[in-house]
Formats: sequence, C-alpha cells, structure tokens
Amino acid sequence: MAQPNPLTTPPPGADTQVVPGHVEHPEGHTGAFPPFESSGFLAQLIWLALAFGLLYYLMDKIALPRIQSILHARAERLRADLDQAQAMKTEADAAGVAFETALRDAQGKARDIAQTTRNELAAEADAKRKALEEQLNAKLATSEATIRQRTETAMGNVRSIAGEAAAAIVERLTGQAPDRATLDRALDATAH
Amino acid sequence: MAVTIDPIEQFELKPLVSLGHIGHQQLAFTQSALYMFAAVGVIALITIVATSSRSIVPGRMQSLAEIFYEFIADTLHQSTGDGGKRFMPLVFSLFMFVLILNLFGMIPYAFAVTSHLIVTFGLAALVISTVVIFGVMKHGTHFFGLFVPSGVPKPLLAILVPIEIISFISRPISLSVRLFANMLAGHIAMKIFAFFVVQLLLAGAWSVLSPLPLFLTIALTALEFLVAALQAYVFATLTAIYLNDALHPGH
Repeated sequence: MAQPNPLTTPPPGADTQVVPGHVEHPEGHTGAFPPFESSGFLAQLIWLALAFGLLYYLMDKIALPRIQSILHARAERLRADLDQAQAMKTEADAAGVAFETALRDAQGKARDIAQTTRNELAAEADAKRKALEEQLNAKLATSEATIRQRTETAMGNVRSIAGEAAAAIVERLTGQAPDRATLDRALDATAH
Repeated sequence: MAVTIDPIEQFELKPLVSLGHIGHQQLAFTQSALYMFAAVGVIALITIVATSSRSIVPGRMQSLAEIFYEFIADTLHQSTGDGGKRFMPLVFSLFMFVLILNLFGMIPYAFAVTSHLIVTFGLAALVISTVVIFGVMKHGTHFFGLFVPSGVPKPLLAILVPIEIISFISRPISLSVRLFANMLAGHIAMKIFAFFVVQLLLAGAWSVLSPLPLFLTIALTALEFLVAALQAYVFATLTAIYLNDALHPGH
C-alpha cells in the first residue's frame, strides 16, 4: 500500500539506510500541519461526497436489501423446519398413542377370544361327557336286562331239568312214571 | 550521525492527478481520495460480491457481512427502536466506511484518511444535517422541543436552553474531533515509538535498550487496531443516538 510518489520523503523503514554524514531535514511539508492544510479541504470534501455517496447508494440499493433477504430467508427456513419438526413430533406422539390404544384393544380382544374358546371347549367337553355317560348308562341297563332275562331263562330251565330228573329218578325207583301234576306240585313245594 | 523523522509527514496529501485550482483550493485526486474509493471497493467486496450466492449456510465472507449487518442493526435498534430502520443504510455505510478507512491506516506505509479533520467533519456534518432536516420534516417546530427539557421550572429554562443548544451544536464537533484526534494521535505515537527503535539501534551501547520501544510499538499497534474498530463503533453508536433525537425529539 506504499504510495508511488517519488517526490516525498522515504517511508520510515527507509530511514535506517541513512548515509553517514548526511542530515535529512523535515522539509516534506510546507509548514502547515497537513491535517489542517486548508487548501485541500474542498477537494477532500468533494471526493468524500462522491465516495460516500457511491457507498451509500451501493449499500442502500444492493447490499443491505440482499443481506436482509438472506437473513430473512434463513429465519423463514429455520421457522419452517422447526414447525415441520413440531408437526412430525405431534404426529409421532399421536401414532404412539394410537399404537398404545390398538395394543390395549388387541390384548382385550385376545383375552376375550381365549375366554370364549375356553368356555366353548368346556361346554363341548361337558356335552360329550354327558352323551358318553348316557350311552354307557343305556348299555349298562341293556346289559342288566339281558342278565336278568338270561337268569330267568336259566332258572326256568332248572325247573324243567329238575322235573325231568325227578321223573327219571321216580321211574327208576318205582318203575312207573309219575304223572305230570304230582311232579309240578312236588316241585313247587321244594322250590322255596 | 543523526537520523531525523517527521512524524506528521504521513498525513500529507499527495496529489496523484492534479485537476487545477479554484482560488486557494487545490483540486486533485489525492491518495486520500484513492483510499476512500478503495474502502468503498472493499466494503462492496464484503457486502455485495461475497453475498451474491445468497447461501442459506454462509461462507466466511458472507458471514462477515451478516455479522456487520446484524451488529449495526442491533445497535441502531437499541438506540432508535423500530422507527430507526430507515437510517440503516446511513449508519451501516458510516460504520463500514470509518472502520475500513481506520483499518487501512493500520497497513504499513498506508494513509489514514480518518486522520484528516475535514473528512471526519464532513461525515459528522452529514449526520447532524440528517438529524436536523429529518427532525424538522417529521416534527416541524416540535423538533426544537429537543432544546427544552420537560419538567423544569421556567426560570431554569433560561439557563438550560442555551446549554442544550450549545451541546447540540458541539455534537458534530465532538463527533468529528474524537475520530480525527484518535487516529492522528495513534499514528503519530506509533511512528515516534518505532523511530525510537531506529535511533537506539544507531546509538552505540544504548542499542541494548532498543527492544523496549519495540515492545511498546507492538503494544501500541495492537491498541491502534482496537482504537480503529472502537472509533468506528463509537461513531456509528453516536450517530444512532443523535438520529433518535430526530425520531423522538421529546425529552
């Protein structure tokens, strides 16, 4: 940034290269303190007005609206993203609640189904058992009846066998067959 | 062996292109003007070129422009409230202009434009005329109520009103002199202390002391960077405070 101006005294760093014996006098300015040198005021003000006017125009018309729009867009984006995140969270919460409800419903239903099934099976088993018992009872009754009949038949046969045996015995002993009526009377008398 | 240095030579205007004279006034494109336009260029680079991509996720330069913008917008909002938004371009331009010119002055061999009173006075005059013109346009004669503190007994007003007027008139002076004097004094001090290093180095046995002014120069340079930024901030903040008077003249 050194100024390319050969007319002025060298920059301060160059002062170290002073030739021995040479004395340099501070004659770079014409006596007046440079910042108060009024001959440059008008030009400075004009250049200041031009430069600052240009700067103001650039800032006002281009830079500041652009930066503002960038910041605004970013704020909007952040807000939208946060809103979306909030909405998604709400949705997720709702889904969680729905899941809990569904789970509870399903558990209740499962319990109901299990209970119903248990009841049905119990009823069915009961009915089967009853039917079997009835069948068995019926068979038992039939069997008993058969036994009783057979016994009776057998007892009847005993009387006739006893009658025949008695007739045979009497015939052998007496040589003559006893008549039927006498035999029956004798049998009845001994039957009890 | 003597080495001399002129600590104020650095403030001299050097005409690059001479455009003639109007009476006593020398019209020339000086290095001062060159630095002003260079500052405009650098500011445009930061705030326009670097923001041209309009990234949602900013790069370094765009980030810098956004930081400056938000910093000045906050400062302005704190001083003037919502009504001050229209002055954002003015305050932002002033802050960036003064900041970049001050920092330019920190580059070795460079020229500090803000060390010229006429430049800082020009900027201060712009601020105060904005305050007065806007204040009168918006509030009419009510703007001059600024000089009449409310809730003060009538006899006291005779003393207070002149004081208020003087304090108002001294604003552009203090605004411009503060910046100018800080820059001028800082640059002179840096130059003198840096020169002490050279003088001691050439003074035979005394050269063992030369690190002392060197450290001072380093410390002063750091301080001057702080001053460069701080004075730009002070200039912008005071501008915002003065503009608040134009917006809300009631005491």
